[in-house]
Amino acid sequence: MKKGISRRDFFKYLGIGAAGTVFFEGISAKPAAAGENLPSYDVGPLKITKTKETSSGCSYCGCGCTTIVYSEDDKVVYIEGDPDSPINEGALCPKGTALSDVYTIVDKNRQRVLNPGRLTEVLYRAPNSDKWEVKDWDWALSEIAKRVKKTRDETFEEKDENGVTVNRTMAICQMGSANVNNEEDYIINKLMRGGLGVVDLDHCARL
Amino acid sequence: MFLIIGSNPAESHPMAMRHIGIAKGKGAKIIVVDPRFTKTAAQADIYVPLRPGTDISFLYGLMNYAIENDLYQHEYVQNYTNASYLISPDYHFEDGLFSGLEEKDGKLVYNTASWAYQKDGDNIRKDPTLQDPQCVWQILKKHVSRYDIKTVSNVTGTPEDTLLEAYSTYCESGKPDVAGNLIYVLGITQHSYGTQNTRATCMVQLLLGNVGMPGGGVNPQRGQSNVQGACDMGMLWNNITAYLAVPDATKHPTYQDYLDVTTPKTGYWSNTPKFVASLLKAWYGDKATRENDFCFDWLPKSDGKDHSHMSSYGSLEEGHIKGVFCWAENPSVAGPDASNEAKALEKADWMVCVDIFENETAAFWRRPGANPAEIDTEVFLLPAAHIYEKEGTRTNSARHIPWRWKAVEPPGQAKSDLWIADRLYKAIRKEYEDGGAFTDPILNITWDYDQQDNDEPDIEKIAIEINGYNIADGRVLGTFGDLKDDGSTACGVWVYTGYYYVDPQEQDPLLKVPATKRHGTEDKSGLNVYPKWTFVWPLNRRIVYNRCSADPAGRPWKKDKPLIYWDGAKWVTNDVPDFGIVNPVTKAPSPPEVTANAPFIMLPEGQGRFFNPSGLKEGPMPEHYEPVESPVKNPISSQQNNPMAMRWDGIFSKLAETGSEEFPYVATTVHYIEHYQTGVRTRNSPWLVELMPEQFATISPTLAANLGIKAGDDIIVSSARAEIKCKANVLPIVRPLIVNDSPVEIVSLPWHWGYTGLSQGDVGNNLTPFIGDANVAVPEYKAFLVNIRKA
Ligand code: SF4
Repeated sequence: MKKGISRRDFFKYLGIGAAGTVFFEGISAKPAAAGENLPSYDVGPLKITKTKETSSGCSYCGCGCTTIVYSEDDKVVYIEGDPDSPINEGALCPKGTALSDVYTIVDKNRQRVLNPGRLTEVLYRAPNSDKWEVKDWDWALSEIAKRVKKTRDETFEEKDENGVTVNRTMAICQMGSANVNNEEDYIINKLMRGGLGVVDLDHCARL
Repeated sequence: MFLIIGSNPAESHPMAMRHIGIAKGKGAKIIVVDPRFTKTAAQADIYVPLRPGTDISFLYGLMNYAIENDLYQHEYVQNYTNASYLISPDYHFEDGLFSGLEEKDGKLVYNTASWAYQKDGDNIRKDPTLQDPQCVWQILKKHVSRYDIKTVSNVTGTPEDTLLEAYSTYCESGKPDVAGNLIYVLGITQHSYGTQNTRATCMVQLLLGNVGMPGGGVNPQRGQSNVQGACDMGMLWNNITAYLAVPDATKHPTYQDYLDVTTPKTGYWSNTPKFVASLLKAWYGDKATRENDFCFDWLPKSDGKDHSHMSSYGSLEEGHIKGVFCWAENPSVAGPDASNEAKALEKADWMVCVDIFENETAAFWRRPGANPAEIDTEVFLLPAAHIYEKEGTRTNSARHIPWRWKAVEPPGQAKSDLWIADRLYKAIRKEYEDGGAFTDPILNITWDYDQQDNDEPDIEKIAIEINGYNIADGRVLGTFGDLKDDGSTACGVWVYTGYYYVDPQEQDPLLKVPATKRHGTEDKSGLNVYPKWTFVWPLNRRIVYNRCSADPAGRPWKKDKPLIYWDGAKWVTNDVPDFGIVNPVTKAPSPPEVTANAPFIMLPEGQGRFFNPSGLKEGPMPEHYEPVESPVKNPISSQQNNPMAMRWDGIFSKLAETGSEEFPYVATTVHYIEHYQTGVRTRNSPWLVELMPEQFATISPTLAANLGIKAGDDIIVSSARAEIKCKANVLPIVRPLIVNDSPVEIVSLPWHWGYTGLSQGDVGNNLTPFIGDANVAVPEYKAFLVNIRKA
């Protein structure tokens, strides 16, 4: 850590570059931002000493709390609220506190392991089948693209019954999402609406 | 002063509740209006129980009380609202119906001609004395006068003295220097007249002069981390992006028609052509020229019908929709009449689901009671990355657009949604390289997001495209005021202009970054504005309609907390003003009288509307109707339901009749703090599952005693659609309310559970009706009829 930068200043640097790649060393329970006059409760090095800190956010409710994600060897181990954030001032609710569970959980042997429910493979369910099959990305993307083309081409309307140019398909529907990033939604919309001519495009703001 | 209605921030928006609690510590009063005694209500000074679906009556009662007792904000009403406008002499209202109701193609519709403003040429006729019987103020007074305390109490079931206490307390905010903060959410919107409920909240805030004030406003709490952003990005069928209307073949067959119909002469939307041309340039690049209307015809046009969630399911059920993308969404738990929605998916040929865990929609073919061997639908389930496994922005309830950095790689084969969308586009384009139906947009849409040495699409390029740039030199724009209608600028989402802009004036090197990435913690005004904490749309304006925070002469209503004010020679601003503070030509400060007459810049008339002349579908003002499923006849008029409520046929038509003996109790769906929406992530979190392990329904001790049910018993909750099994929770947080002299029992039903994941339970939404709000097709989840028996 660069000298002269308090812990609270640290996250301000994130915007400049080298985002979240610095090891945060040797913190103790001394409140680093509070200046020199406050007492230090020295309890020795914390367990999170070797973790990487990254500024992120909660993925649940619309408050949009700012989080600090602690990770070790590319595993999320702990998440807390960012004290700098005027939104949550360091606090998180139970859901935000449990955000790390989406990545890793503590198993019966008290080991931190990947949440066993996480999807880590591309899955496919064939017509009338009662199970998922593991597939690879290349296969899935090209098979999906074939289905999209077939459905779109079979149903595409260039003009409506009044001769108005409509260039649409009303046989493909896109649902979602309030749970992905803006930049992601933007290109999903661009692809579906601007590329394919999808009309039935909606997300769970409606629900 | 807080009026929290149809919202339970202590469970659903905990960090908003934290700020409310801080305000309470400084003396703010909290009024909570809710059918349940919620955790938020437990923190309230006044708790107002009300029957689900009667919010308009409650709010009209409040307005009537404020008018009768002269407790409203006179100067605000006079200057910042349309109170003085004259309405057509043909306007009238009788027994629950407005003038202009007609039958067209077998359907009821309103002809809105009689709701229009009276005009002299382009000028609206007004009566500044507010005495003309056709002026909005007189019409409003008459309209709400029917909602006296006794009548309201009979509709809502709230005791009269509780109403009086709530009304007199909240009317304190009618004093010019007292801000009232109205918070609402799904308890207001999820009704067959939800848009009118929302209108009623706005009217209350206009009447008491609370819009545009620091600490005031009409504040919907957004339920999901990016529900605001998804709307801004155009993920609703009816807008392309940033609230630009979707082209409709029946209204705008050509680009010129589109511009003519969607561009008002006055108000900020008069800039629409700049926003649309810039959007088309962003999407279609060099191919979009002035000569070819910027490829306007490449965009799909709708057919004049609704294409929102429920209509898409209607279309699926009828066999029109063959392919479904379900992206980080789970309608088999979240949708109305969810078991029939899941059944409708069987009609699709193929479905692509993208999620972090297997959800109930992806797994619909193995839902309880279904036989996979009979379901033909192919399903692709693509593994996605969670928020901290990728970078990008999400937009919260307060329109903050903070950047989130990437902490770790997604596990296994999981990929960011950005990567998935990018590869999907490329795979589809490849299929179309040898031809197909209308290949132009597929082959030519701008899609230049590759980076060297990195598998992820270049998110910075996408951010700049959303933000907007000057095409000739690539300059990133700081304001949408710089957008042009001639094709010289590109901008994907005009309201986001500035979010990826680096302020050249910024002195602090830590903050000289794209605005979204800022973590500036200074709040000089002390008004919790934090102007450099990330970016807020539009233009980093934290409080919208902020001209209203000062009186017409520019003096702040709240002298101790001035947001924006005229100091005698110039405007002093603690927020980004949403009016011209200087003359655009001379650059001289614009005196207050120039800016006083149009503070509501997004409306063509520039003044807040008590009366909406273009109307919502069911009227220019709200009116109480009963939920489509109701235990009682409408006590206010003989018009039982919203005549324009959206209904569907076939499997989605099942409803209980008014006063049903088979389904005698009113149910309302609710959230708990430990789970999030359909529970896909939270029901897979061991911590949260331990805290909140299973599906239940809460009933009152009186109902429990009548039915011989004890807390913890297994019960069956049934509706005209389905039945579910869950645990009984018996608590006096719901109590019978007296309506038309009879008790109405209320059932509170969480809906976070489903048949996948670590914690499983029956789907609460299997019970909810397939009925939509007349204007925006939001389902009526918050008031429907059920029965209960011991399992
Ligand atoms: S931590 Fe809680 S309050 Fe904050 S955004 Fe997440 S869910 Fe909302």
